Amino acid sequence: MMSERLILPSRARFTRRRLLLGLGLGAAAAPLSACSLDSRSPEVMSILDKAEELNKAVQRALLAPRTALAPEYPQSAISSYFKPNGSVDPDEPAYVAQRQSGFADWKLEVAGLVERPMKLTLADLRAMPSRSQITRHDCVEGWSCIGQWKGAPLSALLDAAGLKPQARYIAFFCADTLEQTLDNTGRYYETIDLIDAYHPQTILAYEMNFAPLPVEHGAPLRLRLERQLGYKMAKYVMRIEAIDGFAAIARGRGGFWEDRGYEWYAGI
Amino acid sequence: MTSVSSALPTNAAPTGRLIFRHSAVVRVCHWINAICFVVLLMSGMQIFNADPALTWGQKTNFDTPFFSLTARQNDNGDPTAGVTTIFGHSFETTGLLGASGDENGDLEERGFPSWATLPAEQDLAMGRRWHFFFAWILVLNGLVYVVYLIGGRHIRDLWPSLADLKALPRSIADHARLRFPEGEEALHYNVLQKLAYLSVVIAFPILILAGLTMSPAIDSAFPWLLTLFGGRQAARALHFLLATYLVLFVIVHLVMVVLSGPLNNMRSMITGRYRIKEQR
Repeated sequence: MMSERLILPSRARFTRRRLLLGLGLGAAAAPLSACSLDSRSPEVMSILDKAEELNKAVQRALLAPRTALAPEYPQSAISSYFKPNGSVDPDEPAYVAQRQSGFADWKLEVAGLVERPMKLTLADLRAMPSRSQITRHDCVEGWSCIGQWKGAPLSALLDAAGLKPQARYIAFFCADTLEQTLDNTGRYYETIDLIDAYHPQTILAYEMNFAPLPVEHGAPLRLRLERQLGYKMAKYVMRIEAIDGFAAIARGRGGFWEDRGYEWYAGI
Repeated sequence: MTSVSSALPTNAAPTGRLIFRHSAVVRVCHWINAICFVVLLMSGMQIFNADPALTWGQKTNFDTPFFSLTARQNDNGDPTAGVTTIFGHSFETTGLLGASGDENGDLEERGFPSWATLPAEQDLAMGRRWHFFFAWILVLNGLVYVVYLIGGRHIRDLWPSLADLKALPRSIADHARLRFPEGEEALHYNVLQKLAYLSVVIAFPILILAGLTMSPAIDSAFPWLLTLFGGRQAARALHFLLATYLVLFVIVHLVMVVLSGPLNNMRSMITGRYRIKEQR
């Protein structure tokens, strides 16, 4: 739904409403007065970006201790219909082949700035200590669904691989291409920082609602990041990399939707 | 820096004296708030358009929202009519709600029309950025106002007395006849003004808290907010309903400004000076 609704930025038109709005804003907010009347110009964007920094700083400050848990719900609260979003059936040949074999020889690659790069099968992940949680999934569009998730805590995986000191973020590279592009920047990916990576509710889920994770929700493995919005929770995770920055990945903003204008910090 | 109740006459012109009605803090806060409100309303409608339906509780009830803006479609999937549904009752609202013209004038499925949203095109990411930026300004401006309201005793101008409440029926009757207070009576707010302004001062913090309750990070830090509002979707619904209340307030507010002397009112909110019509 999101991919259908999101219209990529076209050149904004100069309209009377924009003019009036621009004049109003200019008169009110001194920093804005130097801006053009294009509500999406880089100057406007860089000012509006300040709100994201403020949101992140204040929410992180309020959230100390960093382990504050997202609310968990009773089993009776589980949504009868959990809306799948973004990719629901990736058609990349490699993924289709994996799916058809029941992910029998699928392996999660753990690489990047780690001491011990690993390749883990689903059986390996299932053999690790697990966490089960019934949480609310909030989509950036506005709706919420409640579901049960079970998986391996990301912290345990990262400890097993051993993060190098330079590692500052964890990147998740996915099997699905959500937008066809010439430069392959339409492949889904996400990045999170180490505060979220080591949060106890941050898990790599292979189970949803007490059954194997369905394809529409990201089989065989998806990220759960319960204190942020749904688009941070990458589905069809194939490779995890510890990185020191994400400027060199795709369009450099740290995620598929981030590259398309959404905030990197999606706690609000 | 005086407020309404302690206003002093500054000029004895034959057409009525000029009094100092609004302090600089109130005037500056008023206009910053007005601009924030317009941007937040328009970007809020942009955000709402990404999921133009409301339900109560924690999670979304996709089948039976109590309010929704949808479009009827033909066999090709093209929208043919906009439909507003409230508690199961559907009304055709083509051109305004549910479906309205795109830049080429073709009917497009969208909750609120493009002239009402910021940006005009469907763009949730940009709508969110405008919304959060101006939400910060609104909150900081609101904090200045609240400190002034309580610390500067401006609250006394808004808090209705028992005598005020007893005068409520007469005030309603006067307003209905478009008879507005003159002379001494115009030196302070009448009871309807007090109640209206006080309701806005109360509605804003609730609306902001309901907005914050939509944040999964805030819910982790303050789970009691979910209890207070009855769930994230309930908070979303309340955020929308309180915004609707504020829109109604602004409409009535603007109508009253025009009916009770628009130039005098505008001057009082820009320079602070308000002309009192003497009673005959």
